[in-house]
Amino acid sequence: MIVFDHVSKRYPNGREALTSATFEIDTGEMVFLTGRSGAGKSTVLKLIALLERPTRGTVLVSGRNTSSLKSRHIPLFRRQVGVVFQDHRLLADRPVFDNVALPLVVAGMSLKEVDKRVRAALDQVGLLGKERMLPMELSVGEQQRVGIARAVVSKPPLLIADEPTGNLDPDLALEIMRLFRRFQDVGVTVVVATHDLHVVREFGQRELVIENGQIHDEAADHLPSVIAVR
Amino acid sequence: MSLAVAGTRHLQALIGSLGRLARNPFSTTLTLLVIGLALSLPTGLRLFILNAQLATGGFPNAVDLSVYFKTDVPLAKAQQLARNARERADVASVELISSDKAMEEFRNYSGFGAALDTLKENPLPHTLRVLPRSDAQSPASVEALRRYFAAWPEVDIVQVDTDWVKRFNAIIDVVQRLLAIVAILLGAGVLAVIFNTTRLEILNRRSEIEVTKLVGGSNAFVRRPFLYTGALYGLGGALLAWAIVEIAVLVLAQSIDTLAALYGTRFSLQGPSARDVGILLAAGFALGWLGAWISAARHLWRIEPRA
Repeated sequence: MIVFDHVSKRYPNGREALTSATFEIDTGEMVFLTGRSGAGKSTVLKLIALLERPTRGTVLVSGRNTSSLKSRHIPLFRRQVGVVFQDHRLLADRPVFDNVALPLVVAGMSLKEVDKRVRAALDQVGLLGKERMLPMELSVGEQQRVGIARAVVSKPPLLIADEPTGNLDPDLALEIMRLFRRFQDVGVTVVVATHDLHVVREFGQRELVIENGQIHDEAADHLPSVIAVR
Repeated sequence: MSLAVAGTRHLQALIGSLGRLARNPFSTTLTLLVIGLALSLPTGLRLFILNAQLATGGFPNAVDLSVYFKTDVPLAKAQQLARNARERADVASVELISSDKAMEEFRNYSGFGAALDTLKENPLPHTLRVLPRSDAQSPASVEALRRYFAAWPEVDIVQVDTDWVKRFNAIIDVVQRLLAIVAILLGAGVLAVIFNTTRLEILNRRSEIEVTKLVGGSNAFVRRPFLYTGALYGLGGALLAWAIVEIAVLVLAQSIDTLAALYGTRFSLQGPSARDVGILLAAGFALGWLGAWISAARHLWRIEPRA
């Protein structure tokens, strides 16, 4: 699903966030991306979601080289990737329904279908019945779940999350991670960047550690996590 | 994407734009007012030109010749020559004004009645007023006609009354050019106002644009509501301009009627025709759309989602 081949990323300010990173993530895998803040976790996710392009090396997502994708094809590409942020990035002046519906509306789906899918997505994250509420009226954990509903509403094959539990207490964090696992269970590839090692241990999934722009695949030390967990 | 879905998307963008305009009534009203005033000026000026042309009763095309006989030419001779002139193919009408009739008119209208009574004899000649046919009003044809009359030994002078027509047309031409300049300048002004309004709107909704692009919204999708907002501003401003002009016509109508009556004509002020209104509304719509489009093209591409 995702292939990084000797990928380096240098930002215009001269900081090298990633140096010759090489790894693969298979379809249907759930992978934790760990490392200290500023180690380059966000950079990896940005490269996957095509918010950035690599300075050197190749990034393949679903077999497509992100470097050679024309800008008019980027919207279609992004519809295949669900993204969850730490600060959830909800539109404060729109009710929950509109926020979750956005990916479907931009894809040109009929209103009837939008309605059905949004309700299904909200049901999956346990927020059915709160469609008309504004994000501000929800708790932090609920806001994050709205963000997740928006990321999965168009049923993308790939879901990436940047510190999705950063603002949550441990119980809520576990709950959110369990939610991600449920998406993995139905075949979605999930990549979660987190510095919450407690959660990572709890789940025992494959872990990619980023240190000083280098990737260490923890899975190389033991059995592939996909097998280990099941 | 099916046609119905495409239609739904446009409808959504339109309703969304209307909703946003309605939520900020104060700034929306101000913007509409600026655009309305800017559009009402050229519309009013065009109406002024049309009414000026109407009020002068289509003079611009009336070219006539005044043929003055020598004072010793008897009336019978003048009448015979008038009949000859009527035979010509390029002459529409010939009116003979005898010296007596001319004197009478002069006495009535000049206010010199008493002074004229002291004259022993009538100093005025018999005159022909010749109106060329409409297909013989080119400068060359009129000149040919002038030479024809000038060649008669009984004729003193032939005056072609084109000078004041030329002046009138020149004035109209100046005002029309003025209208073009005003229209271009104010059109550019409307474009600038909508450009800037759209720019502010884009900056205000930056986070929404970022999120929309993040979930796969194309540039066209992101741009659409701004184009609708711009077009609505333009159309709304044009409607306001129409109202302003109609009210101005209403306010002026009575005094114009009085003025016309004093001049002994039955002229009344004309409001904008359906065609004029159509052009005004189309121009407003187009300027709004274009201003928003330029602004969106200039500002939207720079907004890319950050992670």
